Amino acid sequence: MPTSTPVSGSATEPAAALAGLGRPGARPRAGLARLWRSRYTIAGLGILGTLLVLAIFADQIAPYGPNRMRPTERLQPPSAAHPFGTDDLGRDILSRAVFGARLTLTIGAIVVPLSLLLGVPLGIAAGYYPRMDGPIMRIVDGLMAFPAVLFAITLMAALGPSVLNVIIALSVAYAPSAARLARGSTLAVQAMVYVEAARALGVPDGRLIARHVLPNIFAPLLVLASFTFAVSVLTEAILSFLGAGAPPSVPSWGTMVAEGRNFIEAAPWLMFFPGCCIAIVVMGLNLLGDGLRDLLDPRLRGGFSRGGLS
Amino acid sequence: MRSYLARRLASAIPVILVVAVVGFVLFRLTPGDPAALLAGDNASREQIEKTREYLGLDQPIHVQFARYLGRLARADFGQSIFLGRPVTTAILERLEPTVSLAITAELFALALAIPLGLLAAVRANTWLDQAAMAVALAGLSIPAFWLGLLLVFSFGVKLGWLPVGECRPLGDGLGPFLRHMILPAVSLGLIQMALTARMVRSSMLEVLREDYIRTAHAKGMSGRVIVLRHALRNALIPTVTVIGLGFGALVSGAVVVETIFALPGLGRLTANALLNRDYPLIQAILMFVAMIFIVLNILVDLAYAYLDPRLRIRY
Repeated sequence: MPTSTPVSGSATEPAAALAGLGRPGARPRAGLARLWRSRYTIAGLGILGTLLVLAIFADQIAPYGPNRMRPTERLQPPSAAHPFGTDDLGRDILSRAVFGARLTLTIGAIVVPLSLLLGVPLGIAAGYYPRMDGPIMRIVDGLMAFPAVLFAITLMAALGPSVLNVIIALSVAYAPSAARLARGSTLAVQAMVYVEAARALGVPDGRLIARHVLPNIFAPLLVLASFTFAVSVLTEAILSFLGAGAPPSVPSWGTMVAEGRNFIEAAPWLMFFPGCCIAIVVMGLNLLGDGLRDLLDPRLRGGFSRGGLS
Repeated sequence: MRSYLARRLASAIPVILVVAVVGFVLFRLTPGDPAALLAGDNASREQIEKTREYLGLDQPIHVQFARYLGRLARADFGQSIFLGRPVTTAILERLEPTVSLAITAELFALALAIPLGLLAAVRANTWLDQAAMAVALAGLSIPAFWLGLLLVFSFGVKLGWLPVGECRPLGDGLGPFLRHMILPAVSLGLIQMALTARMVRSSMLEVLREDYIRTAHAKGMSGRVIVLRHALRNALIPTVTVIGLGFGALVSGAVVVETIFALPGLGRLTANALLNRDYPLIQAILMFVAMIFIVLNILVDLAYAYLDPRLRIRY
């Protein structure tokens, strides 16, 4: 791809976000005070925090069990007893939405570290050892040619639908973005005089990577992590919507929207509230990613995520 | 330009090979009998044996891989389990609605994104900028399938303004085509719009800082001429890359949007193949899309090199 300045995480691929990041000298510590002054980053963190609380305390927060059926209370519009209404089996939509946070958080909490764990060592190796750069990056380019959703669909068709397969598919699909970012950051750090000096002094590779490369790529990886989280939430929702994600017994926002599709005339709230949940969480993660990026790459500062930054 | 083209094409060869290997490994890694997988759940013993023979699964692995490459080069992915036809035919038949949908969505995205991004950059850090970028952020965050259902509910069910669940080819005239295509195109295009608007804004901000813009100001040119003739034309060049970046979103969006609006395209074919666990069909679609992605990126790079001569010199 030509070098340009993409400034957004694409909707199902996180790769797009991060050109220009990871230049050495980005100091995460100096930014923490700034972080707290950025309204939008705070909003993003708040949404993520709410998701965390809902997922952990779902049993206490949800007014009913997620699978409790009341045939007498079928397809009720939102009311005091059921703020989000009920579905065709008489299940409380609010309770199912609260429990749906669990799946969303689980997917993000596993896919994000796993994709980093797969991609970052490859990227560092490619950036650090010129001889490995070509082969590793061709593999990364090849993997990037597969859109995550299609890649996951292929795995589902071969292995059958399950949450584990969703996680495997998304982690493999998003690892190349992490590899690319880690490579770029490593190359930038490599060019620094202090790294050359350390090498001249005979500092072994392992220590050099641990002391100089890793701390410098930490900040951009944090930004990538929040965008990867956002796109995995969206992709999981798409897969569940298509009936290839979680089994029906596990409440999932994507599945709930799909179920609501059949009642779009009689009971639009079925698809409305779970869809809102997806959009709000994804927006929160995008806000967080934008905020962190603005913080770490001053060139891009200004505009929507500006908040109190500039 | 010609040597650039040659280099760019040569660099695609290893990527295509990797894509082919991934396709092969993905197929071999699946637990159980690959022949049974390809023959489908309801295949008889003879059918499975025939598939095994066809795939050469009794041969050593390198022979299998060579055969697989040969089939790939001929675009021969075997028979669809559910449709009972060659998968290549099935894919080609479904191409037209998806291409029209994608192009309409992209046009909608550009028509909205360029003014939005331009406005945000020219009025950077004002409420206008914030409003424009809030729209873009919403576009990035709203799932295409949910937006599709919201549009069906409001414009199809409640207001009854637009038809839902039908499709008209462009041959029936532009009016009917657009009436049926507008809701799916908006659902699919919103994400592209958001990506493009953000790209236009940042690229525009960068260009506005260039020396030649200051020179134009110093010469006393009007702001409008500077923005539209000098800045925007240059700022739109990097926007070409969005086409490559947004491709993944376009493909996954097409799968759900075509399902919701009952468009007989490639996306709906994928969704149905998934429900029927039609593995050969899905594998073929995956490889087909990966190849399109590679070709698209070559085209984007060539367009970029054409628009920005500095890039050609570098190679």
